Amino acid sequence: MPAEKLRKASLSAPSAPVTMGAVALLVATRKGAFILKSDDTRRNWETTGPMFFGHTVHHMMLDPRDGKTLLAAARTGHLGPTIFRSVNFGKTWKEASRPPAFPKATAGETGRVVEHTFWLTPGHASEPGTWYAGTSPQGLFRSEDKGDTWSPVAGFNEHPMRAKWTGDGQDGTPDGPKMHSINIDPRDPRHIYIGMSSGGVFESTDKGVNWRPLNAGCFVDFGPEPYPEYGQDPHCMRLHPLAPDILYQQNHCGIYRMDRRVGKWERIGSRMPRKIGDIGFPLVLHPRDPATVWVFPMDGTSVWPRTSPGGKPAAYVTRNGGTTWQRLDGGLPLSQGWFTVKRQAMAGDAHDPVGLYFGTTGGEVWASRNEGMKWTCIARHLPHIYAIETVALKR
Amino acid sequence: MKVLIPGPLRSYTGERREVEASGATLDELLRDLDRRHPGIRFRMIDEQDSIRPHMRIFVNQEQVRGIAVALHPSDEVIIFQALSGG
Repeated sequence: MPAEKLRKASLSAPSAPVTMGAVALLVATRKGAFILKSDDTRRNWETTGPMFFGHTVHHMMLDPRDGKTLLAAARTGHLGPTIFRSVNFGKTWKEASRPPAFPKATAGETGRVVEHTFWLTPGHASEPGTWYAGTSPQGLFRSEDKGDTWSPVAGFNEHPMRAKWTGDGQDGTPDGPKMHSINIDPRDPRHIYIGMSSGGVFESTDKGVNWRPLNAGCFVDFGPEPYPEYGQDPHCMRLHPLAPDILYQQNHCGIYRMDRRVGKWERIGSRMPRKIGDIGFPLVLHPRDPATVWVFPMDGTSVWPRTSPGGKPAAYVTRNGGTTWQRLDGGLPLSQGWFTVKRQAMAGDAHDPVGLYFGTTGGEVWASRNEGMKWTCIARHLPHIYAIETVALKR
Repeated sequence: MKVLIPGPLRSYTGERREVEASGATLDELLRDLDRRHPGIRFRMIDEQDSIRPHMRIFVNQEQVRGIAVALHPSDEVIIFQALSGG
């Protein structure tokens, strides 16, 4: 679809205003969580933390509906998984009364155990207090009290096809099979998308009671069938809030876009430079332009090093829905830069121009104030970074 | 009865190393412990009532593998976090 058509597909309501001023980054790492706060220019940054020191924090997320509630998904190497909650932007924290957990199995059956909560998504704007969580192994959970108590979404977790859809634990990432990329349609709180590594992209239009795969056109190079109904490995899938019928995903097998009116994934990553390829983890959308997408490619050849191709890290952007791509490596190492940027570890703010941020598994945070044209390292020596989310700080 | 708490779980007990809890079985004792110190049980016992892989529970110096084991008021329960990881 041409970029102009993509832009015209946007909702007419101006629901994504430019937000200038100071920004905070919620940084989740293997050894705790940190908050990086900028000044109004986004040139100077202050790091606070660690919070939950020693905990593996997979995701920390702000509730945009109240602007002050934070949830953090945490566990340690030894202790079980939990959710920490703050209602004052991290000044104080309380643990969830009932973290995500699968139901107790009946006698003679083998029950599932949540190894960790991997992904947190605030619910629809019309449902204050509702949150969704995706776990490893793949499970979907909902809270309707701001993250204090969590209940399984049985429509997915107990679905008769779940074991087949997910590979039942055998088909996962080296860090465990995961549910991620929980997206709520801004037009309809009952319309929910999920991504699973592995399993593919699925949707429900009745708030999680029934589910169907949404993987037509999405390639698989790790199974006998190249275009199966399910079993794909989406790394990160995002729905554009202004054009909710436009989906993008960075997949284990390429970069894709789907227009729901067409109903089939199109591999827009095939137009990336051949020597770079179109494998990676994160994918970031422009807050106001559905035709603009950033990715951070990694080496997915041979044994999958999962580092920047050739040791030369770079983001890539398309400003026309994937027709052409531009390399963005200004300020990044020109050689010997073996970055790995995980699927939640890249995000954008709402400035104009958009600020972009990514964290590496080597504990560096890089920022760009001009949509990726020039990058600056704003923090280093942090633990292995799993996730970065941006927050506009109130003036 | 007396329950000894390992360092990683003492944030739940106000940093106390030794606390009291009661129950006729280890399961009951851990539920009572959780009533007194909310959240502590799920960090060491999963939703299928299994002891998590890196946790160790001893009753009177003897390691137990499940939580159905019967307890007596004079028993001592010691919870350890196993050494592992990196």
